[in-house]
Amino acid sequence: MCNNIYKPYLMQIDQIIDETSDAKTFRLKFKNPEEAEKFTFKAGQFGEYSVFGEGESTFCIASSPTRKDYIECTFRKAGRVTNALANMEVGDTLGFRGPYGNTFPIEEWEGKNLLYIAGGIALPPMRCVIWNTIDLRHKYKDITIVYGARSVADLVYKHELKAWEEMPDIRLITTVDPGGQTPDWKGEIGFVPMVLEKAAPSSENTVAILCGPPVMIKFTMPVLKKLGFKDKDIFTTLENRMKCGFGKCGRCNVGKVFVCKDGPVFTNEQLLSMPMEY
Amino acid sequence: MINLVSRADELLESKAVQVVIGYEAGSTGKARPAFITDPSKTGSLIFDDRCVQNLAVYLTKKEVRYFGKAAIVATLPIMRSIMMLISEQQVFAENIVVLGVSAEGKYIDIAGIEVMQQYIATCDLGNPAKDQETLAMLNKMSTQQKFDFWQKELSKCIKCYACRQACPMCYCTRCAVECNQPQWIPVQSNLHGNTDWHILRAMHLAGRCISCGECGRACPVNIPCHLLTMHMADQVHNYFNVYAGTTDKMSSVMSTFEPNDKESFIQ
Amino acid sequence: METTSKTIRKHSLEKLYASLAENRKMYAPVAEADNRIGYKYNPDFSEVIFDHIQSTLSVKNVVFPRVENVIFYTNNKNDSTVTDVDLNKIPEVVLWGAHPCDTAAYDVLRSIFCWDTKDEFFAKRLEKLVVIGLACHKSDAHCFCTSVGLSPDSTKGSDILLVPLTNGDYKAEILTEKGNRILTDFSGLFEPYQDEETKLTHVEQQFDHKQVTQHLKEAFENPFWVENSLRCIGCGACAYVCPTCACFDIQDEAKGKNGKRYRSWDSCGFGLFTLHTSGHNPREVQSQRWRQRILHKFSYMPERNASLGCVGCGRCSRACPVDMNIAEQLQALQSI
Repeated sequence: MCNNIYKPYLMQIDQIIDETSDAKTFRLKFKNPEEAEKFTFKAGQFGEYSVFGEGESTFCIASSPTRKDYIECTFRKAGRVTNALANMEVGDTLGFRGPYGNTFPIEEWEGKNLLYIAGGIALPPMRCVIWNTIDLRHKYKDITIVYGARSVADLVYKHELKAWEEMPDIRLITTVDPGGQTPDWKGEIGFVPMVLEKAAPSSENTVAILCGPPVMIKFTMPVLKKLGFKDKDIFTTLENRMKCGFGKCGRCNVGKVFVCKDGPVFTNEQLLSMPMEY
Repeated sequence: MINLVSRADELLESKAVQVVIGYEAGSTGKARPAFITDPSKTGSLIFDDRCVQNLAVYLTKKEVRYFGKAAIVATLPIMRSIMMLISEQQVFAENIVVLGVSAEGKYIDIAGIEVMQQYIATCDLGNPAKDQETLAMLNKMSTQQKFDFWQKELSKCIKCYACRQACPMCYCTRCAVECNQPQWIPVQSNLHGNTDWHILRAMHLAGRCISCGECGRACPVNIPCHLLTMHMADQVHNYFNVYAGTTDKMSSVMSTFEPNDKESFIQ
Repeated sequence: METTSKTIRKHSLEKLYASLAENRKMYAPVAEADNRIGYKYNPDFSEVIFDHIQSTLSVKNVVFPRVENVIFYTNNKNDSTVTDVDLNKIPEVVLWGAHPCDTAAYDVLRSIFCWDTKDEFFAKRLEKLVVIGLACHKSDAHCFCTSVGLSPDSTKGSDILLVPLTNGDYKAEILTEKGNRILTDFSGLFEPYQDEETKLTHVEQQFDHKQVTQHLKEAFENPFWVENSLRCIGCGACAYVCPTCACFDIQDEAKGKNGKRYRSWDSCGFGLFTLHTSGHNPREVQSQRWRQRILHKFSYMPERNASLGCVGCGRCSRACPVDMNIAEQLQALQSI
């Protein structure tokens, strides 16, 4: 059969990073070099990662398309597939099909300031586009990253947060919820919306990219509005349940939109025109 | 059913309840469940031979609970379901008013749980006659014949779970069939998985099935799956002398051990 | 292709059936226990019925089986392998005697499985399928094909449509290349059609689907959904008997190292269908899921897939244990 849309690429785990007590990052390489050669994707897209015998699970591609020859994904142990993934070792094979979905319009953002706001395990969907724009740093003006988690232990990509912090042309603000700090914590203490309001980045010529749990989005949106951001300049990704990735299985259908085809990246303007089923 | 209507009217009017769960005339000559919140609309309540659905299933439904206190039209199987739901702490007696209907279709005043208990005690709690007949026929079969009968029936199952959804006792928010760590029952509809599912369902309802037959009635492909749970009801009665849903303090037969339990069933 | 009309005599039908059955699988309606109708592979012609109203299940399983294996694999830690499914093994099937609602449903399914990315499993099964439809001379109170732009003798989805004649014979409308091939191969069985009188049922139109679609655009927040779905118990009966419902699940099943991944029927009416891993559920209660079912078929699909997601077969209403009659609800929606 020439065109089996459900057939995954075989990937080998090249590296495993323990991000938090229950989250890991895998660096995956294509087992077939020809497939690696042909494979391309853009920031914002996702894939179906599978453990044979357990099933498929949907996450974004967390590495930047500017970094060739591998892809990375970050996941939290939550269900059958992610638990099986967490038990895998370097060298093991897993399945991957993708890339699916739309992309962050980074070409349209050229010449603008970028404000990234993420909470907890929602940094991975944004990490791809953050690195993508850092790798093309000259095309963008100020880059600000606001990242918060429940506690210091829940911050993912700690090594990269350090790298971003050390970059002179990146403004990084990290925060943990009150009570989540450690004695040597140097970042902010407080919820993301409040920290954002205090930092008060300008909305002038700026796009905001927002990813986080529903409750964070709910309270951050009014802050962005207050700062003067327009709905069309606020981007987020939806995390609806998905199975097929082709707009057929029906699971991610929100109004006439299929999150797997028309998303996962949406502007707030688009979200406001959709039924609240995400 | 003047009494039923006037009682429903009175309860809604006095705000003693916020909703009356009963039956109304449906489409194409059927009767169907009705949820009446407006006292001026109680006139649409009916009760006749077509009113067979077990309404107790709605007592645990979120949107129905939002209304608040409910009055429910209840025939014997529904009363027994209510007893089970109270016993299993899914429904609180003080949140429901029972509008009883006798086997002859007459309104009976059920002033409280004790009255309902007394009424149930006067009734025949065995399986319905026509099902008893089929069960007797099945029991006469050899093991192989029985197995073949059920394999043929269960091969039709499309795993729509109408049997589960129609059952007042299947109120779990996450059914064992939906647990996947481990995956107890295959998701796909195949003979093996279908058989697993119906055995699991029968076992989970052993000692809890009140013989309403709703599961079999709901099945879109006509699998007599109610015979499985009714058989369990028979077994439980034979071994433990218990009929489900006779009081509001039923203990779980399958997880209660008594010194005088017969043990022959473990053979 | 231009449509040609022929007449096929009653006694020739059996010959046509037998000739087709020589090197193809036949899938035809037969009577089952409890006055039900079901489709069966390769029944004897004497079993095949011509006067049924509706089978309990639709015939979507021919192109969208309850379970479709999509890959096979061997899980060997660092050396797992994936094997493809050989689609060339899909046999040629003749669907015989399906009613126009069921055949029209194949067009709807195509608009789901073949929009944007083509699903080869579906496409191949459809390609290998020859559809000999049978116009309806009987109907019941649940039928509403005329309300969704179809009729008891719609030709949509059929390669040949048999229309009953008052004299007991059939008019054969040859509609596609596949149909034409049958006409050519068995030309001796067909006679010229001479305007003989057809025998068709009348199905009353209950609503105007275009008006429904229009009304639904503004109906999302309407209290109608809660009021009219209180009795819905959230089973999948409507979706599973539906000829156009195509939502599916993808699952793995392995025994030791060897296993398969398959897709199987699913329903948007199930509570867990949209449940996120986090515990958040975008469609938390049954009224939202009932709304999704109607909106998907009558609002989203016309807009997105350019096809209405309903063919008016009435199976969902017949199968529903609590009388959620879809035609009745659509009629009401037309005027909200």
